[in-house]
Amino acid sequence: MLGYIDKIRGISEKLLTEEKVDMVIGFKKGTIPMMNEPFVARNASEVKDFVWDSNCGINLANYLTDRKETIGIIAKGCDSRSIVNHIIENKITREQLIIIGVPCKGMIDHHEISSMFDTEITEVTENGSDIIVKGTDFEETLKKDSFLQKNCKVCVHRNPVIHDELVADMVDEQKDVDRFEEVNKIEVMSQEEKWNYFNDLLSPCIRCYACRNACPLCFCPTCFVDESKPQWVGKGPDPVDTRTFHFLRAYHMVGRCTDCGSCVRACPMGIDVRAFTKKSEKDCFELYGWEAGLSIDKRPALETFKQNDPEDFIK
Amino acid sequence: MKVIKIDKKDWAGGLERSRNTYKLIGPVKEKDKDISSFKPLGKDMLPDLDVMATSVSPKSIVFPQEEVMLTYTTDESKEDCNLFKSHDKDYSPRAVIGIRPFDAAAFLLVKKNFDTPDYRDPYWCDAYEACTFIGLAINNPDSLDFSPSTKTGPFDTSGLDVLLVETEDSYLAQVVTEKGEAYLNAAGWENEAGNGVDKQIGDMKKAAETKITSSISYDKIKSKEILDLYNADFWDQASFACINCGTCTYVCPTCWCFDIQDETRGKKGIRTKAWDSCMFPLFTIHTTGHNPRGTKLQRVRQRFMHKLKYFMDKYDDGIMCVGCGRCIRSCPVNIDIRSICETMNNYEPAK
Ligand code: SF4
Ligand code: SF4
Ligand code: SF4
Ligand code: SF4
Repeated sequence: MLGYIDKIRGISEKLLTEEKVDMVIGFKKGTIPMMNEPFVARNASEVKDFVWDSNCGINLANYLTDRKETIGIIAKGCDSRSIVNHIIENKITREQLIIIGVPCKGMIDHHEISSMFDTEITEVTENGSDIIVKGTDFEETLKKDSFLQKNCKVCVHRNPVIHDELVADMVDEQKDVDRFEEVNKIEVMSQEEKWNYFNDLLSPCIRCYACRNACPLCFCPTCFVDESKPQWVGKGPDPVDTRTFHFLRAYHMVGRCTDCGSCVRACPMGIDVRAFTKKSEKDCFELYGWEAGLSIDKRPALETFKQNDPEDFIK
Repeated sequence: MKVIKIDKKDWAGGLERSRNTYKLIGPVKEKDKDISSFKPLGKDMLPDLDVMATSVSPKSIVFPQEEVMLTYTTDESKEDCNLFKSHDKDYSPRAVIGIRPFDAAAFLLVKKNFDTPDYRDPYWCDAYEACTFIGLAINNPDSLDFSPSTKTGPFDTSGLDVLLVETEDSYLAQVVTEKGEAYLNAAGWENEAGNGVDKQIGDMKKAAETKITSSISYDKIKSKEILDLYNADFWDQASFACINCGTCTYVCPTCWCFDIQDETRGKKGIRTKAWDSCMFPLFTIHTTGHNPRGTKLQRVRQRFMHKLKYFMDKYDDGIMCVGCGRCIRSCPVNIDIRSICETMNNYEPAK
């Protein structure tokens, strides 16, 4: 993955020099371990700041919403699917974009790695399939594959589904993964177990809305939790309000969520809010054979109706 | 300053004895997660003193994320219909064990806002006064700690009643205030440390300070014109990545903004005070629908201008930050106050 960067810089420089785009959106190196910062280059001299490694988990499609410029955008598999969504939902047009596709081998789970060590991690570097984690009094080498974000572990669309440029050969897609293993575990729980599971899951939530704001799908001009005339949801950390936020938001993701994991990556409290969206992803897939963001020519599951759509789950 | 030596073997025992007079609050780490916060310490719970800066700051001890201020009824058959009544509060003594010096200093900074000659916020002030802060010096500052650049530091006692300094087998408790002394008495810790302890603490303080690797400078911001900084061209790039969540302001010990809400259920109502954030569009929206801070750039600029310029101009007492590093660690997109401060400090408007 590290080898991609020369290609990314080269393509971006060319696009900007030839004025094919007004800007290129990518990542620059972060100031702390396992963190990169989404970054926009507006002229060729800035492309040297672009980086690419396994800490580029934030979904860049989020930065396209309602922009008027022509834009080059670095897109891994999930970003490309969210870009497709954005095009379908009229948040950007295909013509405005030059998509620089990045075949992806997964992003690392910074929450999980941080929680493994009692003392501070001061540096994390990569070497092929290894991650080297350093602190003031330790150094450990981990296998990257074991520390991928949970969504990356079960991703079956690592290659960009739509692109104008490609920075490397396509990678092999993962075949033998159980995409819905986590949902299946929850589905078999009793009502009480489910209640406790989701209560525990949400109990650390501080309602900072980082999950919502990191999600490219959450582009409503006024989110329902921000409605003030009249107000729908209380502003404090009352569990009823917190659940209302998460449940309703999850429903708004149905047939749209690409399981990019940006929401989980962004959460400062390490909450796996994908526990909600993954269920709707599974239902859409099993009931309608629908996977979000694969083609700009198909309309989403909740927007179409076929006479033979299954309906026996409606009670 | 008087220093009491607490044998680690008597740590749990002393905390237990102090529970006769005080409720205890301290840092608690979530199991198997890198998440921690200050929580009431139930029976048999000990504060986790290895936690450096809790994920969310301890400001909620005095300024809860949401708190009931007043109550009312809308029942017209009642005499006090539609009248606000004060809400019963518990301000019995509590001791905050293991708070870090920068977090205690943050309370002094926030006090400037909640306790002024013209106005005293009774909720904040009463809760603050109920607290005794038993702080813990930072022997090994982490790489995001830039507290010495912000008028506090790893051994700073300014916001504390007692400063504990951890050694191999003991805590050296430096008594800072009478409130602190009263707590130590309640815990039954009274063995004064012997000669040479001041030097020992002084040496440890120096050692800790030399381990600090992070710093910021804001020496040139004071003399800059507000409008020059406000209109500077760097805000566009500086704010690009920001997703306008509430993370940085919610985890920060010095962010003090709140909203007031009335919530009625049936005929019973409460008026609450709840954290708000300058990063949220809702923070400034007018009833007309007009939003004077309608764009992301404006909101990001507000956060940093308030912390690093307006606060400085208004109080002439440093910046509105104690250098705890939480916002840097928690920001999902790596917006780093150190870099923004540097950009502001070095900014020269085009002539
Ligand atoms: S809900 Fe989460 S996983 Fe789904 S698209 Fe949004 S950010 Fe990505
Ligand atoms: S990012 Fe995490 S803490 Fe913030 S609102 Fe979402 S789930 Fe809650
Ligand atoms: S600076 Fe970071 S934490 Fe703060 S609002 Fe922006 S994205 Fe959220
Ligand atoms: S601005 Fe950031 S570093 Fe400063 S006190 Fe707040 S959270 Fe800590």
